[in-house]
Amino acid sequence: MSAAVAVEAKNVSKIFGTAGAEVRALDNVSVTIRQNEFFTLLGPSGCGKTTLLRLIAGFEMPSEGSILLEGDEVAHLPPYKRHVNTVFQSYALFPHMTVAQNIAFGLEMLGKPKAEVQQTVAAMLKLVRMEELKDRRTSQISGGQQQRVALARALAPRPKVLLLDEPLSALDLKLRKEMQIELKRMQMETGITFIFVTHDQEEALTMSDRIAVMSKGKILQIGSPTEIYEHPTVRFVADFIGETNFIEAEVTQRIGGDGQIKLPSGVTISHPVAENVGVGAVVTLAIRPERIDLVRPGAEAHLNGKISNVVYFGTDTTFHVEIDGANKHVTARVQNRRGHQEVLKAGDAVGLRVAPDAMQILKD
Amino acid sequence: MAEVAQGNNLGTNPGTNLGTNQGGSVAVRKKWGRGFDIKKQSGFTTIAMICFVMLYAPILTLVVYSFNAGTSVAIWAGFSWRWYESAWANQQVYDASIRSLTIATFAAVVSTIVATMAALATTRTKPFPGLTFIYAFINQPLMVPEIVTGIALLIFFAAIKVATGYTGLGYLLIAHTAFCIPFAYLPIRARLENMDLSLERAAADLYATPFKTFRYVTLPLLWPGVLAGGMLAFVISLDDVVITELVKSGGQDTLPTYMLGQLRRIVTPEMNAISSVFLAISIVMVTIFFLLNRKKT
Ligand SMILES: Nc1ncnc2c1ncn2[C@@H]1O[C@H](COP(=O)(O)OP(=O)(O)O)[C@@H](O)[C@H]1O
Ligand SMILES: [Mg+2]
Repeated sequence: MSAAVAVEAKNVSKIFGTAGAEVRALDNVSVTIRQNEFFTLLGPSGCGKTTLLRLIAGFEMPSEGSILLEGDEVAHLPPYKRHVNTVFQSYALFPHMTVAQNIAFGLEMLGKPKAEVQQTVAAMLKLVRMEELKDRRTSQISGGQQQRVALARALAPRPKVLLLDEPLSALDLKLRKEMQIELKRMQMETGITFIFVTHDQEEALTMSDRIAVMSKGKILQIGSPTEIYEHPTVRFVADFIGETNFIEAEVTQRIGGDGQIKLPSGVTISHPVAENVGVGAVVTLAIRPERIDLVRPGAEAHLNGKISNVVYFGTDTTFHVEIDGANKHVTARVQNRRGHQEVLKAGDAVGLRVAPDAMQILKD
Repeated sequence: MAEVAQGNNLGTNPGTNLGTNQGGSVAVRKKWGRGFDIKKQSGFTTIAMICFVMLYAPILTLVVYSFNAGTSVAIWAGFSWRWYESAWANQQVYDASIRSLTIATFAAVVSTIVATMAALATTRTKPFPGLTFIYAFINQPLMVPEIVTGIALLIFFAAIKVATGYTGLGYLLIAHTAFCIPFAYLPIRARLENMDLSLERAAADLYATPFKTFRYVTLPLLWPGVLAGGMLAFVISLDDVVITELVKSGGQDTLPTYMLGQLRRIVTPEMNAISSVFLAISIVMVTIFFLLNRKKT
């Protein structure tokens, strides 16, 4: 395939356990990760993120499917024959070695000449800002510093791909924010492909070039942070990332690729729908709270309702609106720029207006 | 305070404490909780003192009389090194000591290697159906009474002797190696089980072949356990009387069997001197064993 592909998983499944008590940790997963990309696997705990990383690293063999590293099949290769390095969640630094010796380990195992090893170790120490602590034992440095050493150790052999399994989860909030920026910097400076695992949607959105959202062993959607946030294709993705309103609506007519969709208010909008969605089908619309404007009830409103609750947040105000014609709450978030919201209070009738591109039809 | 007392209790009987059962006494202490503390019960101190005296008084007497200038082991006649000198000059003692050290060194080295491999096989592989059997197999010498093993070996080796005509030291070397294996195995396995598996995974991830992973990561981290196991095996072999007595051919006395033989004749303080040196060696080895075992990963 194209030279720009770093890792490709093709129809990969991984089944743990014996017959009868099987766990399908990965279920027919296919994904292509480009070179130089900061790619994130995002999903709740137990969805198979670590398993996918371990398959790429070589600690597990896939039950089905193949894994390609820069176009070459590697599924059968042991970890030490794959030019891929891992930053372990527990760091896994060698306790009987110094910081510098830890960083040198991979290069030494590859049989690099001494001068090159020393040079690279020095460069890595500089990259992670650990020059002063290079002769310390790994037990004599803080958690954040251990994290940096683990990174330097994995980056030193210049792997084709760096795998990071929730590397920041053990750090406190402040350090985590710092490391997010550091990691991004290191990825840009080294130009190495990063595959990053997290269950933290905010972390994924701020750091990634692309995100794969996983659930129950499947990849549900792959896309840039904006695509994932603005255009979730399935309910799980819309729900897992950020806050979303779900509205059921009926397709009343089809004109080419577009469907006429009747909202609970009776207002009909035109929106592209999938081939298999016929007239009479009920679809789910996902709408982000911040994409809803509050207007006067009536003509220009997509939905009408009654305000049940107003929550003031300083920068913005959240309105909970009871929708007419549907037994449902919708949340709208309005930025406090003009101050006109102050006049709206619980019990007021209100209209909700949604930008056309902010209504996302979900597949399921 | 409590820690010190606990340490003393264990320390009084180091030979039977394999280091792995220390957790047990901690658990027991926890279960008793605050309501019942044996160290606070009246009479505890007295009983402890009596035990202490019972354990150490004979040994102290033995050591003291090794410096006796007279020929009696019971009547003090002034200080002298003469029995140490005479023991040193005694060819039989010398031969028995060399034989003991040879056997113990051989048994310690070989049993430690075997035990290390066995420990790796039982902790670094996926559990397989025969695993329990292997545990039992490795620990056989701990379960079967020594005298039974001794007699079994006696009969077994007698058959081999008849068949091959070989009467060398080999029988003792094999027997000692075999019964030392479980003692070497326990501290090594304990250490392997406590080792973070992700370290070996990290080594493999960093291009270390399985051999290099073992050489540069597993073994260095395992080393204190290996040394402790070897040390324990050495002491166990050095100490052994029953099996050695039954397996040895003529003229193959080790230090303990020589001493036992001598006791049937006239006892001079030379025996005390030999015993004292023997005791000193054992104490040093067991102390090293404890120091090695205590050091955390
Ligand atoms: N070695 C294993 N043996 C059995 N089940 C496993 C093993 N590793 C992972 N699993 C199971 O596979 C599923 C996915 O696990 P994992 O990939 O660790 O999830 P995540 O990293 O997303 O939290 C879980 O249900 C987990 O229990
Ligand atoms: Mg995980």
